[in-house]
Amino acid sequence: MSDERKLSYGQAFNEAVSQMMEADPDVFCAGEDIGAFGGVFGTFLGLQAKFGEHRVVDTPISEQAIVGLGVGASVTGLRPIVDLMFMDFICVALDQIVNQAAKLKYMFGGEASLPMTITTAGGGGLSAAAQHSQSLEALLCHIPGLKVVMPSNPYDMKGLMISCIKDNNPTVMIKHKRLLGMSAVVPTEAYEIPLGKGNILRPGTDVTIVAYARMANEALIAAAELAKEGIECEIIDPRTLQPLDTDLIVDSAKKTNRVVVVHEAVRFGGLGGEIASQIQELAFDYLDAPVTRIGAPFSPVPFSPALEQHYIPDAKTILAGVREIMQRNVIRG
Amino acid sequence: MEISTTKQFDLHRRMVRIRLFEEAAGRLAEANRLPGFLHLYVGEEAVASGVCGALNDDDHITSTHRGHGHLVAKGGDFNRMMAELMGKATGYCKGKGGSMHISDTSLGMLGANGIVGAGSPIAVGAAFANRYRGRGQVAVAFFGDGSTNIGAFHEAANMACALHLPIVFACENNEYGEFTPRHKTMAITDIVDRAAGYGMPGVIVDGMDVIAVHEAAVEAVERARQGGGPSLIEAKTYRYYNHHGIQNLGLKYRPDEEVAAWKQRDPIFTFEDRMIENGVATREKVDEIWAELRQDIETAIQFADDSPYPTPDQIMVDVYTKSSTSDTTVGTKS
Repeated sequence: MSDERKLSYGQAFNEAVSQMMEADPDVFCAGEDIGAFGGVFGTFLGLQAKFGEHRVVDTPISEQAIVGLGVGASVTGLRPIVDLMFMDFICVALDQIVNQAAKLKYMFGGEASLPMTITTAGGGGLSAAAQHSQSLEALLCHIPGLKVVMPSNPYDMKGLMISCIKDNNPTVMIKHKRLLGMSAVVPTEAYEIPLGKGNILRPGTDVTIVAYARMANEALIAAAELAKEGIECEIIDPRTLQPLDTDLIVDSAKKTNRVVVVHEAVRFGGLGGEIASQIQELAFDYLDAPVTRIGAPFSPVPFSPALEQHYIPDAKTILAGVREIMQRNVIRG
Repeated sequence: MEISTTKQFDLHRRMVRIRLFEEAAGRLAEANRLPGFLHLYVGEEAVASGVCGALNDDDHITSTHRGHGHLVAKGGDFNRMMAELMGKATGYCKGKGGSMHISDTSLGMLGANGIVGAGSPIAVGAAFANRYRGRGQVAVAFFGDGSTNIGAFHEAANMACALHLPIVFACENNEYGEFTPRHKTMAITDIVDRAAGYGMPGVIVDGMDVIAVHEAAVEAVERARQGGGPSLIEAKTYRYYNHHGIQNLGLKYRPDEEVAAWKQRDPIFTFEDRMIENGVATREKVDEIWAELRQDIETAIQFADDSPYPTPDQIMVDVYTKSSTSDTTVGTKS
């Protein structure tokens, strides 16, 4: 029975938090509107009723102090989950994230650990415009000391969130807003998906698509279509972006000889550049074509659905990218 | 408030330790023997000493870029401090933090901080954890007058009051934010005026009088410990040296007479005069204390000089904490 139980992506997050709070009295949550209201996306629903105001804390709208609360509480021995409603709001709290959370352990000569999880919601597709739709993961992945996680489905969400909470470092769990309602079978028991381990979402032989969060699902749609044309895509979902499962990506590149990297963030300076670079460093001789990067154009996220639907990559964009890379051939000497 | 003889000597000792450490650090910096920036606490000793003298060992403090005094006052070890200032492997931070990040989490000292204002939100977190665990510990955020102009202070003060946390905000008002006088950067004279805006009590004390600071700290710490919530202490004080270093590019941004006037009210010498006048101490006893602690400083400099530098293989160590024995993600990135 439990094997068949389905949860949404948002519920999987909620269950992970709930189970970890049951298991470890040092785990608490703090953030804006997460108490009685349950969070603006409903991902903290019922937790305050279950664990009390002591452990599920409504905070002022003060992102620096929310992350600071996590830094100070974790460095003195608790295991905080601090929520920054929208990913765009990390910018308000960047000092505490980048200069404090990420660096205290190192600056203190190792004499500290900060087992804190920052949770937030990223991504577009809701006509939320340029300050509530961004994908800023590359910014965080550039900071030594942080771990960055972006699940693409309910099963991964639960296992990765549990790993984030149990991890002894500052981790950032980025929920994708458009995936919150996605439903899938999720085991009832607590389980971990190791941070830094990617997943082969679909095995294939002709081309590798590296995609995470919502783009992994778009890649699956594209792959089903391409299969009809006789193109077998292998889809790698890194799941964790920092640390990145470079081995899994490079092994796949060596097998298929063609790679398309997809993300919702703008192309310039995005994770796609890093992934493409790792592939050319480690598998250059195996490539039949340059690595293709698919991402958003270099503009803020537009508001109107008429614009946003053309801004965010989707299955159609991926289809076009794969068809194009399949035309490219390197004559190997 | 009756301050025992033992406590008076304790406060005096904390101040002398700070003065000697900072004067030694200043001399070493002038001789180009310390890498990096150096923000000296000389002149402000009564604040850290008076406040930390009211704390237990397991209480927490956050500090500022001018942080040596806070660590010394919380019981910091001269040898490890001096070694850290020199960037040695035996330093508090194994040579990875330096003056601006010096810390001892085992003493509850959660780090000097290179970012103005950043310590206060962290102190709020420590205070939250202390109440959460219910062991009666409190947290103190040390900060300067200048940092009350940055958003982090406002967020921290408001959140601490909204959540009614066991915390004391200890402001060292030395009248200058780096090289700019206070009156050019805020339209109020007293930082304590800000306290009412958050709904916490605030008090102004003479930051050159260690007993005044200590009495205010005892009251604020006790309030926090008993569940009475946050409070703010504004200590009016002064730094004798420049924002960083001693001469600091020879910039002239404050009048000599002003510096001289504050030095007339030196927190250590005036306190010693009072102790002697009150029959608590004798000149000989005071001299003995200085001589003993001077020896500790010489030992610390020798220790730091004799210590090795960290080796390059340490660069990638302690970026992350290992989370399990099977965790292979630590220390393997390029």
